[in-house]
Amino acid sequence: MATVTFDQASRFYPGSDVPAVDRLDLDIGDGEFLVLVGPSGCGKSTTLRMLAGLEDVDEGAIHIGDRDVTNLPPRERDIAMVFQSYALYPHMTVAQNMGFALEMAKVPKEERSARVLEAARILDLEPYLDRRPKALSGGQRQRVAMGRAIVRQPKVFLMDEPLSNLDAKLRVSTRSQIAALQKRLGVTTVYVTHDQVEAMTMGDRVAVLKDGVLQQCDTPLALYKKPANNFVAGFIGSPSMNIREFKVANGHARIGELDVPLSRDELGVLAREGSDSVLLGFRPESVDLVGAGEGFPVVVRLVEELGADAYLYGSIVGTEDAEAADIVTRVDPARTPRIGETVYLRVRPGQEHAFSPQTGERLG
Amino acid sequence: MTTMVATAPAERAAATRRRGARFRPGNIGVGIAAWVAALAFFFPVLWMFLTGFKQESQASTDPPTIFFTPTLDQFRSIFARDFAPYLINSLTASVMSTIFVIMLATPAAYALSVAKVGRWRDALFFFLSTRMMPAVASILPLYILATNIGMLDNITMLSLVYTAMNLPIAVWMIRSFLAELPREVLEAARIDGASLGTEMRRIILPMIAPGLAATALICMIFAWNEFFFAVSLTSTRAATVPVFLVGFITSEGLFWARLSAASTMAALPVILAGWVAQKWLVRGLSLGAVK
Ligand SMILES: Nc1ncnc2c1ncn2[C@@H]1O[C@H](COP(=O)(O)OP(=O)(O)O)[C@@H](O)[C@H]1O
Ligand SMILES: [Mg+2]
Repeated sequence: MATVTFDQASRFYPGSDVPAVDRLDLDIGDGEFLVLVGPSGCGKSTTLRMLAGLEDVDEGAIHIGDRDVTNLPPRERDIAMVFQSYALYPHMTVAQNMGFALEMAKVPKEERSARVLEAARILDLEPYLDRRPKALSGGQRQRVAMGRAIVRQPKVFLMDEPLSNLDAKLRVSTRSQIAALQKRLGVTTVYVTHDQVEAMTMGDRVAVLKDGVLQQCDTPLALYKKPANNFVAGFIGSPSMNIREFKVANGHARIGELDVPLSRDELGVLAREGSDSVLLGFRPESVDLVGAGEGFPVVVRLVEELGADAYLYGSIVGTEDAEAADIVTRVDPARTPRIGETVYLRVRPGQEHAFSPQTGERLG
Repeated sequence: MTTMVATAPAERAAATRRRGARFRPGNIGVGIAAWVAALAFFFPVLWMFLTGFKQESQASTDPPTIFFTPTLDQFRSIFARDFAPYLINSLTASVMSTIFVIMLATPAAYALSVAKVGRWRDALFFFLSTRMMPAVASILPLYILATNIGMLDNITMLSLVYTAMNLPIAVWMIRSFLAELPREVLEAARIDGASLGTEMRRIILPMIAPGLAATALICMIFAWNEFFFAVSLTSTRAATVPVFLVGFITSEGLFWARLSAASTMAALPVILAGWVAQKWLVRGLSLGAVK
């Protein structure tokens, strides 16, 4: 068990002058479950592979515990990795797959089989120990890949989208099993996913990446409540936060026919930037249906009923730019408005997020 | 067709597919073309095989003799001429050179496809370019070299020449098998603590075994059938089967039946090896094509 530190770590792939990972600073605590999340191609896998020793660290350094591993080969880093494709050894049985690392570490045979058996018991793999990976289902293969990692009792677990090849239902149940297993073993874990729901439900902390640059690293709740910029705000949460540019006048942002007050700090930043508008965000679940005149009017275009929830897609009346007018809100499924109807909405006070229209950074 | 009553769903699906295929005129054309081509290639072999069982008088008639009483006379006369040493020489040269080739080509292919050493494309092309030189162009230096080191008419020398001859093909073939290996499996092995040697022995070799078998078989066949170097660099002690076969043409005029019988025996080991390795060969040669 150990801490993991990225210190201004960058990776330039050969032939590219844009870094795939750009001066990454990240401190991961002992036993922490850290999730790296971001859209496809943002550098999540590269980050993980740098930590594994599978990619060079072109600038900066990486530490595991107090050991500088920047230039060590993978086998000297005492890490275990679960790949998206599982990467099982096709010519070995499940037991041999799980025992391979121990064999490499010259663990005596009896202890080896005891540890493999223990891992198989934890992961419900006992009946399959003599099978080849080819004869296993996707879920079983995934568990073998997990088993291969946990028998090693390494300092750090690395997982690169380990659930993305499973069907939706299995993914949800495996998700909670992995999180529970990690808590039980207490091994520091870096987990990569592009799925923000996975990130929010599994991580102690979540690091959001975009174009190789770390945007924010915080607890799931903090990311949700105080996104550091409009990218994080739009990426975390489903459906996405409504983020639109609105005019600012007399210390208020004007949404359709409603004035939303901005704080002194927020106005101060806008004034310094010389902006006469603001990026205002509010989550679909931060909006209430109110009576006429108490909110801004919205024409209903579509209502999505999911049973427990319903989502209203509509356009804010009185906005010139049609695209800027589109919003999504959550409504009571027992009383959904009709399509074409005009309803009045109000953002719950304190649940709006203001960002700079120039930098996208959070104001105040 | 297998059954009249198709019960199992899989069987029914297969039957439907078969019927679907039969009604497509394009497929019929392709099928006929494939059979014609296959028979055209196979016919001379069959003719050689049959001729080996004829009397010399039946072997070169016009029109050809189709019905005849088979005889083993030709085979007897071949063994009377001490065929065994040639066979042993051929076996030695093919097996030895193939072992050398696989041992040298595997690490080379690893360097060119997995480790991707600098300028690997150039190295690969260099390997191929050595095969562009006609063998005739290299025979004189080889001959002089063999004479100077006292290895003329020596089976080890011939094995080394065959090793050099087959190395480029083997590197290319093994490289393509290695390139198809999932990278992440090799990375997993490295993370699991495997050194380069262990990765090679425990992970890579078992995974490309069918490909290696196919490569070895092809090298073996090339060495077995090689004539030019054999006839140039050997005379009595190290002569191989192809050299023996030529003896029938030059010394006593042309003896079709006996030549056919000898050729059949020369081809037999290759055909047997190919037949035994058939499953592996097909898997090996299509290792990349099907996942
Ligand atoms: N081997 C490689 N060579 C060159 N560029 C690469 C390589 N692997 C990834 N990249 C690039 O680096 C960026 C980050 O990739 P990656 O870390 O795989 O993203 P993610 O895992 O977040 O989807 C992408 O723009 C990708 O195209
Ligand atoms: Mg990835």
